[in-house]
Amino acid sequence: MSLKGKAAAIGIGELKPVKEPGNLTPLGLMGRVAAEAIADAGLEKKDIDGFLVGVPFADPGMIYPASAAEVLGLNVRMLNQVDIGGASPAGMIWRAAAAIDAGMCNAVLCLVADLNARGDQKPPVISVQREFEAPYGNVGANCGYAMIAHRHMYEYGTTARQMAKVAVDQRANALKNPLATFNDKALTIDDVLNSRMIVDPLHLYEIVSPVTGGAAIIVASPDVAKRSKNTPVWLIGAGEYANHSTITYAPSLTESPVKPAAEAAFKMAGLQPKDMHLVCPYDCYTITVIVTLEDAGFCKKGQGGPFVAEHDLTYAGDFPCNTHGGQLSFGQPGLAGGMSHVTEGIRQLMGRGGERQVKNASLAYVNGNGGIMSEQASLILERRS
Amino acid sequence: MSEYFKPLPKPTPTSRPFWEAAKRHELTIQRCGACQKFVYYPRDRCPHCFADKLAWQRVSGRGKLHSYTVVRRASIRSFGDAPYILGIVELDEGPRMTTNIVAAPEKVRVEMPVEVYFDDVTPEHTLVKFKPA
Ligand SMILES: [Zn+2]
Repeated sequence: MSLKGKAAAIGIGELKPVKEPGNLTPLGLMGRVAAEAIADAGLEKKDIDGFLVGVPFADPGMIYPASAAEVLGLNVRMLNQVDIGGASPAGMIWRAAAAIDAGMCNAVLCLVADLNARGDQKPPVISVQREFEAPYGNVGANCGYAMIAHRHMYEYGTTARQMAKVAVDQRANALKNPLATFNDKALTIDDVLNSRMIVDPLHLYEIVSPVTGGAAIIVASPDVAKRSKNTPVWLIGAGEYANHSTITYAPSLTESPVKPAAEAAFKMAGLQPKDMHLVCPYDCYTITVIVTLEDAGFCKKGQGGPFVAEHDLTYAGDFPCNTHGGQLSFGQPGLAGGMSHVTEGIRQLMGRGGERQVKNASLAYVNGNGGIMSEQASLILERRS
Repeated sequence: MSEYFKPLPKPTPTSRPFWEAAKRHELTIQRCGACQKFVYYPRDRCPHCFADKLAWQRVSGRGKLHSYTVVRRASIRSFGDAPYILGIVELDEGPRMTTNIVAAPEKVRVEMPVEVYFDDVTPEHTLVKFKPA
């Protein structure tokens, strides 16, 4: 049993994130990107028979999928919310393929949109986190990733300059992406290291900035994909894994569940990391990219720092990585942030990368990351010639 | 005394013995009678072997600082008195704990030995923190 080649992405809708939400609402944004994605796929709303949605931080609610489907006027054979944090968008893609492979659906709308969640965030709602983390100030994601970074520096000698290089190269990519939030000014390693320290050892430019936005993808059966006006991008590998929620209780701070997730995805695809033409690893922080590249097998454990320092991570480089700018420069619209890695992988393989198009790219590795290196969802995408 | 604005633990039937011990300035954690492993935070069932044989045991309060961060800007307003040091302590008995390190930031290092420090933050609540050993 495998999902290899059982479904393809055929349409994308995505907004340029904005810093201030103004009068925007999550459901309003969802309608806009859903309409865009359906039109982009060359379909009509009545063709959508499956619906996966993330619940926005800004508009939480029970029975969210049915409520959102009603607002959008969808009639579907399968609906669900996907709640694996930042891995939700990547996790939606294989769940859509599984529903299609099971014969339940032909065209699944995968949808996320969220408002800028900046402000006085509430402490975590799960009682154990409220009881054993929040009283000590382990609140929000910054703290956990900072502790991962410190431990990685201690165990492997990873340096601040190596981590900063990730933000610098991704910014270079964002300069060629009209949809990126931060695409007006190049960054240097010194710019990153001179930016304000927020949580030692992570600086302001190594931490995502919350914005408002949304994105949608249509995943379709082979029959529907064949009729699409876009080049179908096939899901040929998928893997998912989680073994903790709070990083304190993870088996390791520096070796993450990306490893089993990526191994499963590469095994399903029958490919290896070196076969990939571009990678889109989730980047809530610079250290996230380093740990993900190590655990997905693009370099040895502990060598992520030297690896990102020695390779050119831009669209024109020898290791194209987050060619949309990553969330660090594209922006992180709540749950929708992780969708940007998926849309970029698809966009590049469709040959729609514009000025940042990676030459001759037909294979991409995409990773979604939830919580503090907790839930992981890896995808291998392919454009067939 | 000044009012305390930060989040406080609300003990559950499962966790109450941990916080009551902390008020007595004792660190007690659970140990599994089946697989003998120590367990933190409190559970109803051993997360290692799934046995229903957890018992409370007083432990040394000594460990090493597995990692830490100096939070210079917190993401919730009640920690507006940042900077503070957030750490993960690995107890000598094995489990890791989220905690605060009571020390000057420049004196803190990964893997440094630490010992427990009980902070009576309100008359009703004692938090389990650590300081350099
Ligand atoms: Zn046990």
